Amino acid sequence: MEEEVSIQITDAELEIILDDLLMIHGYDFTSYSKASLKRRMNRLVLHDKFLSFAEFRYKLRAEPEYLQRFIEEITVNVTEMFRDVTFYKTVREQVLPVLATWPLIRIWHAGCSTGEEVYSMAILLKEANLLHKSLLYATDINPAVLANVRDGIFPLSMMKQYSENYIQSGGKKDFSSYYTALYNVVKFDEALGSKIILSTHNLVSDGSFNEFQLIMCRNVMIYFDKELQDRVLTLFDDSLEKLGFLALGAKESLKFSAISSKYKQLENREKIWRKVVE
Amino acid sequence: MEDKPLLQTTPRLIVIGGSAGSLSMVLKILPHLDVKLQVPVVTVFHRKSSDDTTLIEVLSTRTCFEVSEIEDKAGISPNVFYIAPADYHVLIEKDYTFTLDDSEKINYSRPSIDVTFESAADVYGANLVCILLSGANADGVNGLKIAKQKGGCVIVQDPAFAEVPYMPQQAMTHVTPDYILRPDNVREILAVLGGQPV
Ligand SMILES: C[S@@+](CC[C@H](N)C(=O)[O-])C[C@H]1O[C@@H](n2cnc3c(N)ncnc32)[C@H](O)[C@@H]1O
Repeated sequence: MEEEVSIQITDAELEIILDDLLMIHGYDFTSYSKASLKRRMNRLVLHDKFLSFAEFRYKLRAEPEYLQRFIEEITVNVTEMFRDVTFYKTVREQVLPVLATWPLIRIWHAGCSTGEEVYSMAILLKEANLLHKSLLYATDINPAVLANVRDGIFPLSMMKQYSENYIQSGGKKDFSSYYTALYNVVKFDEALGSKIILSTHNLVSDGSFNEFQLIMCRNVMIYFDKELQDRVLTLFDDSLEKLGFLALGAKESLKFSAISSKYKQLENREKIWRKVVE
Repeated sequence: MEDKPLLQTTPRLIVIGGSAGSLSMVLKILPHLDVKLQVPVVTVFHRKSSDDTTLIEVLSTRTCFEVSEIEDKAGISPNVFYIAPADYHVLIEKDYTFTLDDSEKINYSRPSIDVTFESAADVYGANLVCILLSGANADGVNGLKIAKQKGGCVIVQDPAFAEVPYMPQQAMTHVTPDYILRPDNVREILAVLGGQPV
């Protein structure tokens, strides 16, 4: 095992960085979970071989390109197509039939990362014959991941697993009919991407921008502290039509939140709630 | 083992990491967890998803501790045997709450034992006990090093008694454990953790 010698960010230094980000760059990470942030920051400092905290701080303050790198590395972009197969099965069987009754379906993927979740949804909509009357708003704090959503290009090496996920979530088609392989990547059908609208949006500081029938925000709020989670849930509540759905990640919940009394969880206990009170 | 001093401080958290072949040792530890310890136990196992309820049931029958899967942002209470959920790393905040994190796998593992050992060491320092059990990779070894640097107590399963010795062996070559755990000394070691002389 290699000995890795590196500076370690202290709690006080973490606070200094968070202050700088807010005061100089307008990025507010102060309500993110500290343990996770600290680990990501130490990983970055090690990887980029900083010799002192001062050097790291200076670069982050002075170089906009480094700020971009920082945002990309500090946020966690891990994602998958049809992640949690029973979740997607429930969307297919219980959510889409309800959405079908609206003349225009607006869906918000908040914290969409590189787009695997958005393309999974586009496939479900296509198979339910709803894609033509749907709009999928895909937003993220990190502009770099949005470029990937636009291109619809994903690694070929992941397709075996995604195809299995797709089948387990109730898919009946040959999954490879949705993409064209090009060397070690695949490009998904342009038709699937045609209803996706991209925008950067920071859940901490940006407001509501539309009304939706389904909001998906999965594995984003685990990185926030309780108070910020509550604020973001209120933002979602303000952006969701009555009888619309709010879908969270496997380890996230409306339980104990300020908006929970207006919502009813689906009976099978998937992390999907329906807004029953305006 | 006999000439080892008692712990400098009483533990405020015990973290157990295990991979392939570790369950049998965990089953041996469970009956010796005494509520007098007044300590939470956090366990990080490498395992496949979806068998959570079965695992919790199996473990519950062996201990007077409450066995429960870790929930994001929940507070850490004594006399609870916490299990890391499949597919999430477990970190610990300075206010003694859990944070779940779905970032990249570490040592091909999520949850990773290293992640929890390191994060716990940052919060609990000398009041942390880390126990590393049987397994086929080196996850947890770095975490033990850091726990040790911060004054924590390090316990490693005797590779000779481990179903898969690689993980404890790696640990022994990189850290000097405070105790070596064998099937026949589990009770004594847990008594030491509880502050009683052997
Ligand atoms: C772990 S990924 C989740 C991706 C996908 N939703 C899923 O569950 O597979 C978390 C995403 O949240 C984004 N994110 C983090 N903080 C955010 C914020 N304040 N506003 C919007 N997006 C944010 C990250 O950039 C990242 O792409």
